[in-house]
Amino acid sequence: MGQVSANHTLCRREVVKALLADRKDVLVVTGLGSASYDVMAAGDDDLNYYLWAAMGSAITVGLGLANAQPNKSVVVVTGDGELLMGFGALATVALQKPANLTIAVLDNGHFGETGMQVSHAGFGISLDQVAKTCGFSWTDEIRDMEGVHSLRERFATRDGVKLATIKIKAENPPRVLPPRDGHFIKNRFRAALGFNPI
Amino acid sequence: MSTEAEQTVGQDWQEDVFRVLKAHDVKHVVFVPDAGHSAAIRMSYADPDIKAVVLTTEEEGIGYLAGAWLGGERGALLMQSSGVGNCINTLALQVCAGFPLLMVVTMRGDWAEFNAWQNPMGQATEASLNLMKVMTWRADVPQEVAPLLHGAATMAFNGDSSCALLLGQRLIGEKKWVK
Repeated sequence: MGQVSANHTLCRREVVKALLADRKDVLVVTGLGSASYDVMAAGDDDLNYYLWAAMGSAITVGLGLANAQPNKSVVVVTGDGELLMGFGALATVALQKPANLTIAVLDNGHFGETGMQVSHAGFGISLDQVAKTCGFSWTDEIRDMEGVHSLRERFATRDGVKLATIKIKAENPPRVLPPRDGHFIKNRFRAALGFNPI
Repeated sequence: MSTEAEQTVGQDWQEDVFRVLKAHDVKHVVFVPDAGHSAAIRMSYADPDIKAVVLTTEEEGIGYLAGAWLGGERGALLMQSSGVGNCINTLALQVCAGFPLLMVVTMRGDWAEFNAWQNPMGQATEASLNLMKVMTWRADVPQEVAPLLHGAATMAFNGDSSCALLLGQRLIGEKKWVK
């Protein structure tokens, strides 16, 4: 099989920093691995929920959160490999049609955390096309910063479930580690929304 | 031959599941369907205060309910015992972050099973859950369903704990393969 996904120029850290600039009260869920380091590098926030395990769960966590908080914008930032492990969840999200949910897939076409093996996306599967077929309201494949800024503008619209694949360079910038205490990040997130610990 | 009263009890346990979930302020019922959950699924779709979410695989429900709890709401995950096997790795999320998790599991490979291919996972279901720090209870008669589910829900939502009620195959009844 030939690798068809290559030569992308976008830097993941710049992409995520731009996506989350001036985020206000956007709720952010990250997939485990590099996406969580990117979100942490853009600035820790009480309204970030970082996953450290449960690979494949980023978009389902985002879906549950979006359904429970319909008046807030929810953004899932994850990688192509993480999303692929929960591939069926695209269908589950599509049926629910949460108008306040945007999924931003940082697609470098590789499993970056484990040695840069080529992923299904790297071998040619277009995740945004899959989402489109499932019935997402809006999908796109983004290859430049203009597209990234345009995607950020859509977070606040809450007018339909959205997914963008953002084609990024296959690189591993220095890790910026989010907090690893799951209870802490859960309780901190809930407190920021006004919910007390049990 | 069963009396009318026994038949009523026999049908009511399925609706008891939904009633207990409502009593515990569950707002999200997420599921991979099973015949034993058909009443709760039907009643969830019909209830405007409940999000009924059909999943492609059971572990989606673990992430979903974690997200709902981050957003301040309670939910429950309904599945068959085979689905417990699909959940194992994802249960690390509950162990490490202490999200409440309430699961209701209809058993296969448990009693009078016709399809022996159900037996390996059915026999390993409760031990697998316990290995992943999920507390378990099992109901084998209709009268046990409501009190045991109430107990599991209480401990899940008041203890940030993972709790599963197993609904035994004797409760559900033998699957009729040849009609």
